[in-house]
Amino acid sequence: MTNASTWIEPHPHGIYIKPADAWIDPSRPVERALVTHGHADHARGGHGQVWATPETLAIMGLRYGTADGAPVRYGDGVDLNGVQVSYHPAGHVLGSAQILLEYAGERVVVTGDYKRRHDPTCPAFEPLTCDIFITEATFGLPVFRHPPTAEEIGKLFTALEENPERCVLVGAYALGKAQRVIAELRQLGHNAPVYLHGALEKMCALYGQHGVELGDLRPVMDADKDEMRGQIVLAPPSALNDRWSRRLPDPITAMASGWMLVRQRARQRNVEIPLVISDHADWTELTDTITEVDPEETWVTHGREDALVHWCELNQRKARALEMVGREDEDDG
Amino acid sequence: MRALATLIDRLIYTRSRNAKIDLIANYLRDTPDPDRGWALAALTGDLDFPTVKASAVRTAATERVDPVLFKLSRNFVGDTAETVALIWPDHMREDATEDIRLNTVVAELQEVTRKDAPRLLASMMDRMDANSRYALIKLATGGMRVGVSARLAKTCFAHAFGLDVNDVEEVWHALAPPYTELFAWGEGKSGRPDPSDIPFFRPFMLAHPLEETRIDLKDYAAEWKWDGIRIQIVGTGTDVRLYSRGGDDITGSFPEIAENFDQIGVVDGELLVRGDAQGGEAASFNALQQRLGRKKVSAKMREDYPAFVRLYDILFDGEEDIRAQPWSKRRIQLERFVPKLKTSHFDISALLEARDFGHLEEIRSGARDAAIEGVMLKRRDSPYIAGRKAGLWYKWKRDPLNADCVMMYAQRGSGKRSSFYSDYTFGCWTEDGELYPVGKAYSGFTDEELKWLDRFVRQNTINRFGPVREVEKTLVLEVAFDSVHESKRHKSGLAMRFPRISRIRKDKPAEEADHVTTLKNMIS
Repeated sequence: MTNASTWIEPHPHGIYIKPADAWIDPSRPVERALVTHGHADHARGGHGQVWATPETLAIMGLRYGTADGAPVRYGDGVDLNGVQVSYHPAGHVLGSAQILLEYAGERVVVTGDYKRRHDPTCPAFEPLTCDIFITEATFGLPVFRHPPTAEEIGKLFTALEENPERCVLVGAYALGKAQRVIAELRQLGHNAPVYLHGALEKMCALYGQHGVELGDLRPVMDADKDEMRGQIVLAPPSALNDRWSRRLPDPITAMASGWMLVRQRARQRNVEIPLVISDHADWTELTDTITEVDPEETWVTHGREDALVHWCELNQRKARALEMVGREDEDDG
Repeated sequence: MRALATLIDRLIYTRSRNAKIDLIANYLRDTPDPDRGWALAALTGDLDFPTVKASAVRTAATERVDPVLFKLSRNFVGDTAETVALIWPDHMREDATEDIRLNTVVAELQEVTRKDAPRLLASMMDRMDANSRYALIKLATGGMRVGVSARLAKTCFAHAFGLDVNDVEEVWHALAPPYTELFAWGEGKSGRPDPSDIPFFRPFMLAHPLEETRIDLKDYAAEWKWDGIRIQIVGTGTDVRLYSRGGDDITGSFPEIAENFDQIGVVDGELLVRGDAQGGEAASFNALQQRLGRKKVSAKMREDYPAFVRLYDILFDGEEDIRAQPWSKRRIQLERFVPKLKTSHFDISALLEARDFGHLEEIRSGARDAAIEGVMLKRRDSPYIAGRKAGLWYKWKRDPLNADCVMMYAQRGSGKRSSFYSDYTFGCWTEDGELYPVGKAYSGFTDEELKWLDRFVRQNTINRFGPVREVEKTLVLEVAFDSVHESKRHKSGLAMRFPRISRIRKDKPAEEADHVTTLKNMIS
């Protein structure tokens, strides 16, 4: 029987650590915030004090202009009123961390968002033993089994080969997915320039400053139509079918997201090439991770929590769903 | 099976018709017999496995997957076939080297009993990846829904083997899946299959719009263009089939026509419905619509919307092919043929007696009959030729009706138009000064006008509902339409036929647009 409910309180707008008087990923401004990663549904502006990895602080600085905060490197910890707080890689995006809380002889891990498969832009998820494992469940349904990333990236190469006169326009979220797609392309030997929508430029540059090499990137704004034929162009999803895309040479639209696994979702987006590339754990990764970490209790923060809690029960694991609000606004997949 | 699964997957995400044709044509060229024939039949919905029902798929799934997890997944995905395909435990993912032949799949599905169907599906799905499972389920339960009509399939076949689509059309219906004779002909390994004795479809002869052309009535005969659906009736003496313009067999939707056609021959005519308001004469297209697309027709339907066929032409008189004869000779044979048919279900389309072109124009503009769409002009010496040949047949539609409407909502188009707001819903005023939607149009404007309209929508958006934008009610669109009918589906109680934007009235204030009552007075 764990005792953690007496010192950790899940609220709709964040997880409150009572003895430290601090919140994890609060969705409204608070005095003391512990932030897992830079996506807008986890990192907001306006907090008094922020503890996060240096990379996450840099991302928050870029987005909110407030770089104030205490950097905590992976593996390092701080003591907040007797609560030992340490940050460990979550494998989700640059700077993303699980937060390990140690207090009164108990260990609690808050995963934030995470995935288990290889990502060239950030260090891999580290499983930590704990009493309570507070996990996400964005893709917490057994239909979600993401295919190998190289297979998905291969679809882009096929499309370029078949349509040398056109360009392939890939919709990808500005933080994380865009840089990962570029890095995966580079790993598979694609050295040609990748053209960027203006909204992606700064974040790609920030990744570069943190040692993530993304190769030859060029702004679409400065390119002429003909030079983009047979090339890959990246834009945020909102620009895919927008007027902006009219400057491109007859684009074939692709979209990189875990949701692309469901045909109807992909069609709603008017996508011609669905790329099932996700920065979240799929069903297999979620359930394997719970088995591997083997906590006494599993708490599920957001996503398809019903199904994951049901799976825990089927496997004689104690689990509960936390009702969190305001997640999945930005990084939906 | 994997090749078909890839094809289906790509078709789902392909919007352009030409790209679809290329995909299917490549598949037909690269795939061996009889697999490609089965695939072709599956795409057009001509493959049926009566013992394999959707419930077999659900039964198979619930034996493998926890019911709660299945239900949660099904609710999220929204489609049972896709849910089962994705949720099915993977055995083969990494070392999926063995591919089950489509022919094997079809043979086993054809032989399976209803009771064994779930077990058979399960054993097949165990040996497949998610894409192939999806294709299998869609194949087994019917309902591929990848937007391939019978006509498109024939076009693909013709495209694959460099044949004329009309030649393909002629023999298509004489053959059954997997169409091995058809492919042998396509690849030049044998001659064209002989379709005698089978009531198959012959491609229709079509007309060009008359527009500014003027013709001499000495050379052309005139008759009404009826506003129903063009059909071909093929009677062999033992069997009768009805075909729509696209070559789809619609016999099942209009059984009384087939039952009452007791002659041998092939005729071309317009399927219409009698209306009380028309004194037993042909009613508007709106009435006919009640009967379209129904697989089963109730006795009440047949009674409320009695169908009949008004004949235009004859292609085969008895066994004799008379398509090469001039129209004037065929007309004489048609006039002899029709009296042999039952008057309850068949009559002849009368010729219009006009002194000259001017007189014909008067007759045409005087016509406000509900079921008249305009006038047809047919060259008296024209043979019956598939497709549209210049100078032989013309259609001369009634002048369209017009109304000034106000743009209310806009939605993005698809394909090349996906970045443009190109589909517009427009309305007219009620007595209380409210705007009620009266129709939706997405054509009639130039590319320049489209750019202007797109900008107008973006700059005047007041609300967004998913893909739809509501706009400031300030822009008047002059809308042209062929006719207007009562409709219970719309708040205004009206439905337009063929609405299109004829002009953008930037000059006209929205308050001066037309009223709903003005449109009601145009109901034919």
